[in-house]
Amino acid sequence: MSAIEILGVRKDFGSVPVLRGIDLAIAPGEFVVLVGPSGCGKSTLLRLIAGLEDLSAGEIRIGGRKVDDLPPKDRDLAMVFQSYALYPHMTVRGNMSYSLKLRRTPAEKIADTVKRAAVKLGLLGLLDRKPRALSGGQRQRVAMGRAIVRAPKAFLFDEPLSNLDARLREQMRFEIRKLHRDLGATSIYVTHDQIEAMTMADRIVAMNEGTIQQVGTPQDLYDNPANTFVAGFIGSPAMNFVDGMATFGQAATELAIGTERFARLPAMRMPGSADPPRDGRVIVGLRPERIAIAETGAGAIVDLVEPTGLGSVVHLDLAGQPVKLFTTDRRPLAVGEHISLRVAAEDVLLFDRNTGLRLRAAG
Amino acid sequence: MRSMPLRRTLGWGLHYGILGLYLVFALFPLFWLVKVSVTPNDLLYSEGVRLWPSRANLEHYASVVTHTDFPLFFRNSVVVSTATAIFSTCCAAAGGYAFSRFSFGGKFWIVGLMLVTQMFPLVMIIAPIFRLLGPLGLTNSLTGLVIVYTAFNVPFATFLMQSFFDAIPRELEEAAMIDGETRFGALLRIILPLTLPGLAATLGFVFTAAWSELLFALMLNSSTAASTFPVGLLSFVSKFSVDFGQMMAAGVLALIPVCGFFFLIQRYLVQGLTAGAVKG
Repeated sequence: MSAIEILGVRKDFGSVPVLRGIDLAIAPGEFVVLVGPSGCGKSTLLRLIAGLEDLSAGEIRIGGRKVDDLPPKDRDLAMVFQSYALYPHMTVRGNMSYSLKLRRTPAEKIADTVKRAAVKLGLLGLLDRKPRALSGGQRQRVAMGRAIVRAPKAFLFDEPLSNLDARLREQMRFEIRKLHRDLGATSIYVTHDQIEAMTMADRIVAMNEGTIQQVGTPQDLYDNPANTFVAGFIGSPAMNFVDGMATFGQAATELAIGTERFARLPAMRMPGSADPPRDGRVIVGLRPERIAIAETGAGAIVDLVEPTGLGSVVHLDLAGQPVKLFTTDRRPLAVGEHISLRVAAEDVLLFDRNTGLRLRAAG
Repeated sequence: MRSMPLRRTLGWGLHYGILGLYLVFALFPLFWLVKVSVTPNDLLYSEGVRLWPSRANLEHYASVVTHTDFPLFFRNSVVVSTATAIFSTCCAAAGGYAFSRFSFGGKFWIVGLMLVTQMFPLVMIIAPIFRLLGPLGLTNSLTGLVIVYTAFNVPFATFLMQSFFDAIPRELEEAAMIDGETRFGALLRIILPLTLPGLAATLGFVFTAAWSELLFALMLNSSTAASTFPVGLLSFVSKFSVDFGQMMAAGVLALIPVCGFFFLIQRYLVQGLTAGAVKG
């Protein structure tokens, strides 16, 4: 296992910039998840690390060694593709042993390694089958097996679970995590699914439009999103964003939504210690699961109730703006009912309307 | 409800009726070829139009093989067609792979130019080609024919091969390259085995095109020693008569290599070899 450093990496396809300057250091043995919407450049970054695309600018180091000019075969990485990319004319055994054969590993060692990987992945009975005779889940396992038979410097995963059904995806998530625990190899995992990112990552790299928006532990991104993009992307159901009016004081910030006073917050600063917006117009971020129904508080009207089993997602009208809340309270709510909401001050996030950056408590 | 089986029967009848008609339309000329080839000369004009002669024998075949230059024409055709098929397919595979996988300067213009070459009627360029090949000593030569046929078949064959490469997911090569292959190694050991149906189809297409080509063979080669069988077939047409029996017998014999060739490659023509490579 090796550290991977990405220094000022840019990638343009023709005149279209896909990555606009990426800096990232990945520690040996770390499980890092690159997450973001389609087209954010996360797969391109992975392909650059693998050597399948050429850099436009910047540098990539694997285990301290600059690899920009090395072809994929000399970077000693293993990759699991979204489409699995199994060799259709080879058996499962052939697929799994291919990389070892190319490295002139002795036959007995290959047989032994493949067998151990097959046991680990539950593929022992399928070794002589061709990929077309396997189910989607089995193919996915073979793709994993092809990666783990050798001890590469790092594993790269390009949305490996997106072709599986929900139940299988959940199971494989767990198994990939367990494999990582057993092998301890540096892993970079690309996904657009924030639940995969939250459940699997040591650290999440949230990307959008070719730039890194925030890097941190899953909990950190959930609790302290740097901007509206990260706040809206991480968490399910997604965070509510409503327009608010803040009065920034030296000691406290008074927040109103619509005409109604909503919360009293600590004094706020913009990122970089600039002054908060003068006109006081801000975006208020509220996590659905952090909004409570209370006896008194901001008034809202129930629009729709979606039961999820565990609880309900309640769609509300808050001063003319749509807001969702998640509650495990089983008290039946009628459409059109007037209720009161309460949110703890630390759960109210403010964002600048122009930049989307989060305002932080001063001091 | 009772009309349902009737309607189904009618539909079935119509379906197979149309298929049958098409089959007769496509195969009747072949049948007639065989019928005339086994009809003795004395019955050819005396019996009127019949589906099968009252007496059939193989005398035309015997005389074609023993008394004409047909075995030589036949050998020439096999040499020319096989060489053309192999050269064209190799060029087309290399070109098709490049078009499918790489983006390079001038690609658009090269593809356009290759399309343009397919737009001219061949008759237009026979004279310049004759002028070009003459000084090089490539007229009256099988090599000359192979060069011309290869040049004319490569553009279409390249597009054909490109479509086969396009159908193979890029990730297969990328996976192989990450597994430790060079690009060429990945092409040779991963992509090529999967392109066999495409190679077989291209080989078959070019072989058939070269096998049945008449215009260039007639214009570029005048000596008997370098004639191919379509030219040879014309030798059965003399000033005062046409020897239909021998001509048809030669035609039937000429079908044999093409049939044999397709029999050899048919198992590669079966598609679906890439099934199971990706998702499911």
